Amino acid sequence: MADFDQELDASGLNCPLPILRAKKTLNGMGSGEVLHIIATDPGAVKDFEAFAKQTGNELVESREDGGKFYFLMKKG
Amino acid sequence: MAEKKLAIIATKGSLDWAYPPFILSSTAAALGYEVQIFCTFYGLQLLRKKLDLKVTSLGNPGMPMPMPMPILLQALPGMQSMMTVMMKQKMKSKGVASLEELRELCLEADVKMIACQMTVDLFDFNTSDFIDDIEYGGAATFFEFAGESDVCLFV
Repeated sequence: MADFDQELDASGLNCPLPILRAKKTLNGMGSGEVLHIIATDPGAVKDFEAFAKQTGNELVESREDGGKFYFLMKKG
Repeated sequence: MAEKKLAIIATKGSLDWAYPPFILSSTAAALGYEVQIFCTFYGLQLLRKKLDLKVTSLGNPGMPMPMPMPILLQALPGMQSMMTVMMKQKMKSKGVASLEELRELCLEADVKMIACQMTVDLFDFNTSDFIDDIEYGGAATFFEFAGESDVCLFV
């Protein structure tokens, strides 16, 4: 698994909470730091792509494993 | 890049219809939008300190029901409260945020909420029943922001 600076477990949360929690966590992080997000909402896959595109943060990795979704978001 | 703007008119005061304004506003704010919600008519219920919104299947044939039920039965006393309880339970079990939580997230993110002064007067609402962080205004107030918005929705 790649390195990250902070982790956010958004398992069990539905739209738009994973995005909102991620945004809040990123607010407290520095530019270039990486946030690891865990989610169970299948909608989060497209939503984190869209979030990254619109906010200038970089979605470094997006993968599914055993019904869970894992994202690495690098703060822009 | 200049900040984008989202303007919403919220006109509905039921539990289900309170979700779109709060979900879209909180998300837009997280994406960097400046957001205003203009609450008018039944949308004023979204601004009450104590949110006590209900859901009803009456006049709403699209609402999925756990079992088929004649409309007259749906109109019986207590049915609305029962459906509201069931809906809230379902939302909780699916990890959907409560309206209170979403509204709080909106306020934290500086989403501006405006109560329509005309409908506040029309229904003799007491402004002390509303949350403190709101403004009061009319149609011209709405257009001052909406006229410059990138996205403008009527809910």
